[in-house]
Amino acid sequence: MSNEWTTEIKPKKKWLDVDLKGIWRYRDLYVMYIKRDIVTKYKQTILGPLWYVIQPIFTTIMYMFVFGGLAGISTDGAPQPLFYMAGIVLWGYFSESFTVSNSVFSTNANVFGKVYFPRLIVPLSGITSSLLKMLIQLVLFIIVYIYYYFTLENHSLSLNWSLLLFPFYIFLIGFHAMSWGLIISSLTTKYRDLKFLVQFGLQLFMYATPVIYPLSAAPEKYRVILELNPLTPIFEAFKYGCLGCGSLNWGGLLYSTIFLCITLFISVIVFTRVERNFMDTI
Amino acid sequence: MSNIAIEFENVGKMYRLGRVGTGTLSHDLNRWWQTSILHHEDPYLKIGQTNDRSQKGTSDYVWALQNINFKVEQGDVVGIIGKNGAGKSTLLKLLSNITSPTTGVIRYKGRIASLLEVGTGFHPELTGRENIYMNGSIMGMTKAEITRKLDEIVDFAGVERYIDTPTKRYSSGMTVRLGFAVAAFMEPEILVVDEVLAVGDAEFQKKAIGKMQDVSQGEGRTVLFVSHNMAAVKNLCRKGIVLENGQVSYTGTQNQAIDFYLANNFSESKTRIADSIIFKKSFIDIYSIKINNSENVESTIVSNTEYLDIEIEGETKEPFSFDLIVTFKNQSGVPLASLEEGHYKGTIENIKIGKFKISKRIHLPKYLSKGVCLLDIVLHHPNVEYYMKCLDCAILNFDGNYDGFGVPLSLSARGFAGLECE
Repeated sequence: MSNEWTTEIKPKKKWLDVDLKGIWRYRDLYVMYIKRDIVTKYKQTILGPLWYVIQPIFTTIMYMFVFGGLAGISTDGAPQPLFYMAGIVLWGYFSESFTVSNSVFSTNANVFGKVYFPRLIVPLSGITSSLLKMLIQLVLFIIVYIYYYFTLENHSLSLNWSLLLFPFYIFLIGFHAMSWGLIISSLTTKYRDLKFLVQFGLQLFMYATPVIYPLSAAPEKYRVILELNPLTPIFEAFKYGCLGCGSLNWGGLLYSTIFLCITLFISVIVFTRVERNFMDTI
Repeated sequence: MSNIAIEFENVGKMYRLGRVGTGTLSHDLNRWWQTSILHHEDPYLKIGQTNDRSQKGTSDYVWALQNINFKVEQGDVVGIIGKNGAGKSTLLKLLSNITSPTTGVIRYKGRIASLLEVGTGFHPELTGRENIYMNGSIMGMTKAEITRKLDEIVDFAGVERYIDTPTKRYSSGMTVRLGFAVAAFMEPEILVVDEVLAVGDAEFQKKAIGKMQDVSQGEGRTVLFVSHNMAAVKNLCRKGIVLENGQVSYTGTQNQAIDFYLANNFSESKTRIADSIIFKKSFIDIYSIKINNSENVESTIVSNTEYLDIEIEGETKEPFSFDLIVTFKNQSGVPLASLEEGHYKGTIENIKIGKFKISKRIHLPKYLSKGVCLLDIVLHHPNVEYYMKCLDCAILNFDGNYDGFGVPLSLSARGFAGLECE
């Protein structure tokens, strides 16, 4: 008799309860969310998706002026535009994915308050649409890269086989962003203080990641701290793969992967707990 | 037994009052320590109290719902009625899995579509068509399913012309139509409706109610309907559940439930007619208002009663001139007939300082219909001011007229009274 019920709603669920079947059933919604993100973002703008490439161009110019020019931070022999753009493209992907995941509850309170669907759909589609944005910017990076490769003399630019790991880097960055975003988002539903911390925390975190400087330029005594940052080996490895600077640190990448497994695990637990009752606390 | 579609078993939901969200860290830690480490009962569950919003409680925790047990059979249309804050919306929220219960289990068969508020997930920048897909997939439809029903949905909503226009350009009514249409066509096994019909125009309301009837009768689906509109509940539902302070206080047919709700709602705190005075001049004291010599809120008017006696006793510190209005209304608050004699005769009565007694004998029509009426009793000086307003103060149960074929006509079908002719 009881096995006839299709759904049972109970107060306490298992502490790890990811509705993978549900996520699969709602895959069309996942696609719709990605579509919505892309379509609505630049509605009523003239340049439309061009903004995707204008942003990194201007940021690169700005960084060249401030960090390369005024501060005179080394780019480890790589051409400045390429060095900064490589950092910006990856960092942009991280920060965008983080922000999307971090605002899951606050921006979707309205929808979550009315209909049930597996909430994980929203951050997953969020990191996917920022992935698409990143890919567009990557095309720009490749164009600039080709330009420098053929016009610049005596350059140290070299592609090497480790670049094949690029999809893995992207996977790591996206899910690092999502798991941190979800953990903080879940806690923010109850303790709003975190909202203020996150605003400048993300900015500070960028400086703790080798985005605008190479790890080798950091003083020896701080390098250990930078190496604790799970994003450091990824950024370094990407630059190593295409710019010929940076380093490929297998230990670092392994550390980053293990780190991700742990945070992802925690984030999913916290998230599924909070999604059950967040309407009462938000 | 196998055709039970929804089952609530001992369901309860507790909320913490006051400053939700802040200052709860110590409670959280305490709760976690007690339940997870010491395996005690949740210390905050015990002190929860029943939810009576008008009374001040000693605990910060209240049960928005408690001991909810009921079953709904497949194909039933169940109206859930109750005062504001009785727990109706919480119940629907639990059922649609938006928030989880504190105790108990809810079981159901099939897919639930909830119209808690339609148009969920509508993005103002997206066009009507895009929003149909968005909204549909949020509610669990697949893309193929939506494409198959797109024409029907657009047709039902009546927004063909605007289908490729962003919904931010829609009127609020159009948005609701579109939202309702998507929900109505997703063919859920269980449809949950919460007061959405209030927004559309009359034509659309009719359409929506018709659709809901089709859904329940023709297609054998289950509908839960929450409303304050007794007429809609009466028309639409076959069963009724009355919620009161977070508990089920009555289950039965929709008519029994409505009667119970109305009777209970009035007699709960208001046993005397004069308890319903919502306004009076400060120089006036009202001792009692009597209908047929009784101060009781409820009275039965048997067949062929010729008169209705109304008597108001009180005292005034200032003289005033008044006309008495007695309005008969149906359960939805629609006025049916009224006594306002001064208006027709152009007269007004004077009251001197001191004790007074106003007595009126109303002639009732011969062919009164069978049904329930509510009364408003008002003292006013026409076009000048009100002295006393006593609204929804009495319930009259008309027995109806049994002369002739021995079957009375009903108030809801034929109105207040039958006309006579030569």
